[in-house]
Amino acid sequence: MLRLEGVTVRFGERAALDAVDLEVAEHEIVCVLGPSGSGKSTLLRVVAGLQRADAGRVLLAGRDQGGVPTHRRGVGLMFQDHQLFPQRDVGGNVAFGLRMRGTGRAETERRVGELLDLVGLPGARKRPVGALSGGEQQRVALARALAPEPRLLMLDEPLGQLDRSLRERLVVELRALFDRLGTTVLAVTHDQGEAFALADRVVVMRDGRIAQAGTPLEVWQRPASEFVARFLGFENVVPATVRGGRADTAWGKLPVPGDTPEGECRVLVRPTGVRLASAAAGLACEVTARTFRGDHVVVRLRPDGGPEIEAACPLAGAPGVGDRVGAVFVADDVVVLP
Amino acid sequence: MVLARPEVAARDAAAPEGGGPRRTATRLGLMALPLAFFGVFFAYPVASIVSRGLKDGGQWQFARIGEVITDPRIGHVLWFTTWQAAASTALTLLLALPGAYVLARFDFPGKRLLRAVVTVPFVLPTVVVGSAFLALLGHGGLLDELWGVRLDTTVWAILLAHVFFNYAVVVRTVGGLWAQLDPRQEEAARVLGAGRLAAWRRVTLPALAPAVAAAALMVFLFTFTSFGVIQILGGPRYATLEVEIYQQTAQLLDLPTAAVLTLVQFAAVAALLGVHAWTVRRREATLRLVDAAGTARRPRGAAEWTLLGSVLAVVALLVLVPLLVLVLRSFDGPDGYGLTFYRALGSAGENGGTFVVAPLEAIGNSLAYGLAATAIAVVVGGLAAAALTRREGRLVRGFDALLMLPLGTSAVTVGFGFLISLDEPPLDLRTSWILVPLAQALVGVPFVVRTMLPVLRAVDARLREAAAVLGASPLRAWREVDLPLVGRALAVAAGFAFAVSLGEFGATVFIARPDSPTLPVAVARLLGRPGELNYGQAMALSTILMLVCAAALLVLERVRTDRTGEF
Repeated sequence: MLRLEGVTVRFGERAALDAVDLEVAEHEIVCVLGPSGSGKSTLLRVVAGLQRADAGRVLLAGRDQGGVPTHRRGVGLMFQDHQLFPQRDVGGNVAFGLRMRGTGRAETERRVGELLDLVGLPGARKRPVGALSGGEQQRVALARALAPEPRLLMLDEPLGQLDRSLRERLVVELRALFDRLGTTVLAVTHDQGEAFALADRVVVMRDGRIAQAGTPLEVWQRPASEFVARFLGFENVVPATVRGGRADTAWGKLPVPGDTPEGECRVLVRPTGVRLASAAAGLACEVTARTFRGDHVVVRLRPDGGPEIEAACPLAGAPGVGDRVGAVFVADDVVVLP
Repeated sequence: MVLARPEVAARDAAAPEGGGPRRTATRLGLMALPLAFFGVFFAYPVASIVSRGLKDGGQWQFARIGEVITDPRIGHVLWFTTWQAAASTALTLLLALPGAYVLARFDFPGKRLLRAVVTVPFVLPTVVVGSAFLALLGHGGLLDELWGVRLDTTVWAILLAHVFFNYAVVVRTVGGLWAQLDPRQEEAARVLGAGRLAAWRRVTLPALAPAVAAAALMVFLFTFTSFGVIQILGGPRYATLEVEIYQQTAQLLDLPTAAVLTLVQFAAVAALLGVHAWTVRRREATLRLVDAAGTARRPRGAAEWTLLGSVLAVVALLVLVPLLVLVLRSFDGPDGYGLTFYRALGSAGENGGTFVVAPLEAIGNSLAYGLAATAIAVVVGGLAAAALTRREGRLVRGFDALLMLPLGTSAVTVGFGFLISLDEPPLDLRTSWILVPLAQALVGVPFVVRTMLPVLRAVDARLREAAAVLGASPLRAWREVDLPLVGRALAVAAGFAFAVSLGEFGATVFIARPDSPTLPVAVARLLGRPGELNYGQAMALSTILMLVCAAALLVLERVRTDRTGEF
């Protein structure tokens, strides 16, 4: 459906996109994940034709889009801050794309009603957009982007400005909606939870380059680099030397998979892979912080040597700050980073 | 509307949207009609006049330029023209900026009426403004009768008449934008620790600066080229370039000197516009515009009520009193107060051959011409403003300055130029009615551009992008996104264009046919003849013109507020 070949965009000296290759298949939902300034919004603007690429090609359904103006590309883009037309009411905003395509009045009316039902705003047609809450604006922007049935729908930080509970609900709703409509979606976000919940495939970007691409499970289980691991929120990364199926680290010897090549590398231990025992039974640490996360507690451990460690443990029996505990590492949750 | 995040703004600044060939072509296409319009109806007539004045037997006589410029009398005229314009501009800003603030930010009964009242003087013919001030400040005038004070021989009469005339320019240009600035920006500065004055100076003033500069430029141009007011109030002591050009052209028939003076005025105005373009280029920024209806509130506290009161007092003294004197004079007939002068307007015969038709018919003529001129000015100015919306490129900036030139060029020259240049095929328009609206539109276009440009440039570019992504072509996006947002500005621009068309005198006086005079032309003809009846009729006709303008402006105000409901 969408293919980017070596797309490069430079702003002065800095490359916002650096030879990016990316493919999105029909009906696929791809989420580009990256910190702000990593070039993900620029990626969407290039695909939409709002930003010219300095090098490379953008292909939609196999056709090179160079020289095709934005309004003829047939893509939809939901802006981060919605950009609803302030002088039109909700219905007028949703109907805009249909009017541009010359859809008849009756058909437009029907579609607008349908879409407003779909996004959960029935009867909001006549409301001025200025009077909408953030979540409602979000829904109107979505309905407006969906209305002309774009072959590719792009979402820029689709849920960025919403509060947490609304965001979690909307992610589920969006996912179900796109599955039902068979929409091809390219979304960008800085929120990994959002990306993992929404996407069939996640693309992690760093400084205009793609750092890793894969299914949410792949990316989560096997981060391709320390950057990806840290961006996903993993703190427990330590330098290591692999020798004979074990990694030598400041935290002691850690078990690694058997096929790990020998030599210098970095090792990640997921917080769920750190079990707490008595101080004598594992790596002796002092608890420095305790964060309540709803169904579990994350404790921060300071070992006698090496970087601090995060451990996830059940609510019951979680140690308090200042306690001395022993950390035991589980082989399944140890990941070797290149 | 949500502001661009700094990240996005920085990126936009770092990467101006590439001027692809398509975009350049679009812009040139938009500029084509305005360029053709100015070429044929401005540059060509003015060039014709200049070449007629400076050519002798097919040879250019450039030596004339040196002779005229070094003439000490002309030097004196030039000096007076400049300093009275600067003084008038400063005085107008001083008195009108508080008015702009009050009209933009305060809500009070009669606000709409006040806005219309301050605009009325602007559309009065300059000769009428001169007469009104003469009736107020001159020999036998109101102040003379009351306290024996006469100002008509001093420059103060001229300065006050200029303030009277241009108060509306500042109030409408600056106030229009001020009303749409989000007050929360200032509140944000206050929360960050800025005092009331500092917040205004650092947040509001920079946002207003382009509008203030535009208004100051307009006032300076008007007063620099002032004609009717100085003609009447200046007496033999004070003459501006424009007055001198008129005297050389119409009275001394010294076309070469008039041509040189036209060039001098042209050069001065061009230099001024150059400075203006240079100073404002970087100041215009994307503003956060909001519904004007939401920014005004009731005045609070003694200070704000005092401010409102003093603005009202200034308006009353400066605007209402001269207008009232004018109206009083129109009723002050030979047999006491009555409608004598108004009755006389209905027939052509009683004027001793001043008119081919009844003066009253001038009302219809003026309205028809004014509407046609407004239509032309809005189309030409609208296209020009659309072309100028994106600010990059030297070409665009040059075009921007070019559009302002007609404001600073001698109207007398333009009118006379129309007569001598548009008289042969394929452009034989001398007998066509369209000639008058064309000349009037020439002065209307700069208003349309100046009023619309700040608002057009303030429209968030990403709204256009949103429209493009939804399938709107650039033209369609402009129509769907920009046009509704600038509807207010467009209405104001049309109002201005209509107003200056109604009041235009310098050019119209040369080209209006004797059987279809406009109101200002009819007034001038009446004033030019001796006798109380003619003077009274002039006052009556001026009063009618004033009422027509006031009515038109009240309608406009209504249109404006109806539209704001959609925002």
